[in-house]
Amino acid sequence: MNYLAAIKPLIRKSRDNKTIVVCSSILLLIAAVALIGPLLSPHHYASTDFENPLMLPSASGWHLFGTDDLGRDLFVRTLLGVKITLFVAIIASCVSLGIGVAYGAIAGYVGGTVDAVMMRAVDALYAMPFIFFVILLMVVFERNFLLIFVAIGAINWLDMARIVRGQTLSLKQREFVDAARLIGVSTPGIILRHITPNLLGVVVVYMTLTIPQAILVESFLSFLGLGVQEPQTSLGALVNGGVSNMEGAPWLLLIPSIVLAVILLCFNFLGDGLRDVTDPKKKT
Amino acid sequence: MSLLEVKDLSIRYADSAKPVVQNLSFSIEAGQSLGMVGESGAGKTQTAMAVMGLLPANAITSGSIRFDGQEFLGAAPDVLNRYRACRIAMVFQDPLTALNPYVRIGDQLRRILLEHKICKPPEARERTLVMLQRVGLPDAERQYGVFPHELSGGMRQRAMIGAALLGEPDLLVADEPTTALDVTVQAQILGLLRELRSQSNSALFLITHDLGVVAGNCDRILMMDNGRLLEEGPAKEIFAAPSNERTAKLIAAARRIDMPTKTSPLPDGEAPIVEVDNLSVSFRERYGSGKRQLHAVWPLSFKVAPRETLAIVGESGSGKTSLVKAILGLIPMRSGTVSYAGKKLPGLVQSRPNNIRRQLQMVFQDPVASLNPAMRVADIVAEPIIIHEPKKKKAEREQDVSKMLRHVGLGMELRERFPHELSGGQAQRVAIARALVIRPKVLICDEAVAALDGTIQGDILQLLQAEQADSGLSLIFITHDLSVVRQISHRVLVLYMGRVCEIATNEQIFKRPLHPYTKALIQSVPVPDPNAKPDDVPLAGEVSSILNPPAGCPFHPRCEYAVARCSEQVPALQSVVGGSVACHRANELDLSY
Amino acid sequence: MLRYALLRIFGAIPTLLLVIALAFLMVHAAPGGPFDAERVLPPEIEENIARAYHLDESLPQQFIRYLGGLVRGDFGPSYRYRDYSVSELIGNALPVSMQLGVLAMLLAIVAGVAAGLTAALSKNSFIDRLVTGIAMTGISVPVFVVAPVMVLVFAVYLQWLPASWTGGTSISRLILPVVALALPQIAYIARLTRASMIGVLSSDYVRTARSQGLRTISIIRYHALKPAMLPLLSYMGPAIAGILTGSVVVEEIFGIPGIGQFFIRGALNRDYTLVLGIVIFYATLLILLNLVVDLLYGILDPRIRGR
Repeated sequence: MNYLAAIKPLIRKSRDNKTIVVCSSILLLIAAVALIGPLLSPHHYASTDFENPLMLPSASGWHLFGTDDLGRDLFVRTLLGVKITLFVAIIASCVSLGIGVAYGAIAGYVGGTVDAVMMRAVDALYAMPFIFFVILLMVVFERNFLLIFVAIGAINWLDMARIVRGQTLSLKQREFVDAARLIGVSTPGIILRHITPNLLGVVVVYMTLTIPQAILVESFLSFLGLGVQEPQTSLGALVNGGVSNMEGAPWLLLIPSIVLAVILLCFNFLGDGLRDVTDPKKKT
Repeated sequence: MSLLEVKDLSIRYADSAKPVVQNLSFSIEAGQSLGMVGESGAGKTQTAMAVMGLLPANAITSGSIRFDGQEFLGAAPDVLNRYRACRIAMVFQDPLTALNPYVRIGDQLRRILLEHKICKPPEARERTLVMLQRVGLPDAERQYGVFPHELSGGMRQRAMIGAALLGEPDLLVADEPTTALDVTVQAQILGLLRELRSQSNSALFLITHDLGVVAGNCDRILMMDNGRLLEEGPAKEIFAAPSNERTAKLIAAARRIDMPTKTSPLPDGEAPIVEVDNLSVSFRERYGSGKRQLHAVWPLSFKVAPRETLAIVGESGSGKTSLVKAILGLIPMRSGTVSYAGKKLPGLVQSRPNNIRRQLQMVFQDPVASLNPAMRVADIVAEPIIIHEPKKKKAEREQDVSKMLRHVGLGMELRERFPHELSGGQAQRVAIARALVIRPKVLICDEAVAALDGTIQGDILQLLQAEQADSGLSLIFITHDLSVVRQISHRVLVLYMGRVCEIATNEQIFKRPLHPYTKALIQSVPVPDPNAKPDDVPLAGEVSSILNPPAGCPFHPRCEYAVARCSEQVPALQSVVGGSVACHRANELDLSY
Repeated sequence: MLRYALLRIFGAIPTLLLVIALAFLMVHAAPGGPFDAERVLPPEIEENIARAYHLDESLPQQFIRYLGGLVRGDFGPSYRYRDYSVSELIGNALPVSMQLGVLAMLLAIVAGVAAGLTAALSKNSFIDRLVTGIAMTGISVPVFVVAPVMVLVFAVYLQWLPASWTGGTSISRLILPVVALALPQIAYIARLTRASMIGVLSSDYVRTARSQGLRTISIIRYHALKPAMLPLLSYMGPAIAGILTGSVVVEEIFGIPGIGQFFIRGALNRDYTLVLGIVIFYATLLILLNLVVDLLYGILDPRIRGR
């Protein structure tokens, strides 16, 4: 009840924000096409056709985006890439959300020495070149899906932890929490009814900003050949494939690049828009 | 020709239809002092900004603002810049944010002289030093080189005034120049402004919510409300015979420290409901390599009787908020005990039994911050019932909530609102409803009316006093505002740097104060009466830093009666007729008036 | 201030040790040795190899040995480039990567600050919207998309610039990689500069300066520039990390013989010691640069300096 109430003004204000409406519509559209498109196409993402490699995009034969060097249909492969990229990014963001919120909330609520130690650890981790650790991880262990989630989640939870911790700390010192303690609300009651509902807005905003970062990491790994493995694909892997054929068949590079860019742009604009909407300094 | 002539000024913002200032006309003659008074939303600051040409880009204005014949509204920035600093200058409310934290004080002042080519760089430094000295920064050479955060609030505001006067302006605009300061420092700053004006004969446009401040400092008054001019005229006439109904109400709402108290006398000899014994509070602070103890409250004791109102008075740094938080168990105490109805209570609120917890409730300073932004009014007021009377049926609970809301003067239409949709006064009523709905015996109010407008303060105080008369509630009222103390308290406890200066009955505190600090505090309060011309500044200096408390009596560095003994020995609290006082010279001094 | 500096410097050492230990453990927890992929060797030769690389010692012993080597600047031998030590490989590739990274960083700061300030000073104008829009695109589009597209346009179609390191003069071959590497950082810095400058310009103390009749140019110079640039300083850490990450891709795409390329080759070839060495090298670099930024911040912000 409280949770819904906490998020309601956010939804109401978001509906009036053009950027948020446009970006979320585009993202939903892309996601819908990625889910439904492959069912309608006659091609399978893994079926090769060595008769027709590097075909230009055309409606005949339903190769809407053309074919790659192995004659695979780029339209279906791009949609698969979108699906996997989004899936990886969203799951990975949930991982970082979980770790970050728990870590930040504990540090913020407990406070004192515990907080100081926990935040020093975060500061130290900030100084690490995580992406290189992830690459190291990918090199050393077998490349599997689970590892990608863990790796990306492990990179992105730091920001979330800092933000949630800051928010919790300031909420905890707010007078309404003192008031709740005085009327006899128990500690679990304070956390559940008084603190968490007020964290929700901030978490939603930063979740939206974490997803494009996760997409970036995943596609970066896939681009280097360390992420998703053939015949599965992701947008990063498709871009990588496009680079090797870019002189003869530039659409292999451009189409996945544009799709990736559009998705990232939409998420970033969406996050920015949501941040504006929740910013108390910009009250309407 | 008037120095400043405002005609038909209207200001509104692009995103709202309601104007913030409407058809305002007034003028200021050379050398004159004009006070603009009104509650929040009156349009005072907007007017000041318009006069300085500082309105934001999305403000839409009409009318005219002429300074010495030059139209300011819509004038180009370089035209305005020719007038700013040299002809017209401004002092802002909060000197902490109004001074640049990254630039040394002296450099901020010197830049003004250089920008307007008033003098050459070496001379600019000299003139800046002279000005710093003039506004009361005694060690100007050192204070030239400090950053704003290294100065106290009063010193910062002095520097701000120095910056405004560097160009020797004909008109000084001061927007709530003392609102962010303690009352004794406010008296100093107002005294400084009077002194500087008597030397330079510049005109003053003083903007404030406090009728006491204008009464002693302005020849003429503009009463504002809701963006409109209510009344304008000589201060004495307006105070004596306001012609406007709303003005009369505003003047009536200004409580006067020299008026008798409105409390009814207490029966003698009742057992105390709250007993604080030897309570002290300290914080551990990182200091260099180690940690050290900062004493917010030194061991102190007092009692509160049933249906009594005890006022705890102190300036910033007095430890008054730490004291009440420790009483309520929101922060740990270092020593001492708190007893309720004769029973000693565990230190922290979470270990106190629920049936006692409900007896001690609190109302906070910032009404909106004290309500959970994610809860509706009805749920906020219902929460204590759910906890303390869990067996109550929902319908019954709803009824209790409605009854309580009506009781504190709120309409049913507010039930479903969120806190940010309430006005300050409404939010404070909700907070009071939440506290009273479980029928506590003691209500602690921490600056509960400080954030509210004068007329609304009066309503809330009345509500609390009515509640006390009805249900026999005891009130502990923490405040810096002595006029509130005068009106509602039975007894008064004066705190200075975590120590009790004096505890006495209301009558005695205000008529025969025994501690020099009590007397200075009372004399510093500006009286809303233009005939009572303010005295000299009653108290020099500012509160010492808690990081470096003075030896002996904490007040002795500022005390005009201090003798050698005061800097060596902390005075003990000694009983006198009607109270107790902690002053070495309490028996020899006669401070009554 | 000195205390603050010493505290920071000593605080960085455990972080560094942790990084080294973590990377070291990760590599040694790898399933299968580094030579498994090769054809089966007689056991005595395998033993010899193991001894030569100290693989026969216990893990703590190896770690101590490795740490000892690090102190002397020795990252051990490469598993793949048999004739080289990891230090030699890093040493050879460093000048190229440094050149690239430093140029990109300078470009990012100059262009980013210029664009951000321009946008902030003409807030809500067409130019402001243009800068904000381009900056958002710059943040959103990853380096590995920008770089190949730039090659396609400027090298393949327009043929203005060489597509790879070996194909151009010492200056022309730098342009595309440096710009590609700098672009996202230009975008971040422009956004940051714009936001912080707008924040500072709407602050109370700038309002005070305006009331004192200071011209915009004086306000920026004497009041706004320093506070507006401080957030930029704290962004330098992440910016350097971004450039390091980006250089891996850029060096791969343009065929630049820098550390990033060695890193990828090492990663794909399972050259553990090389990858380990580069991770530790980068981590050390990053931690040190972060330390420098921290100390600079302490010097520039009077509110921290006072402590």
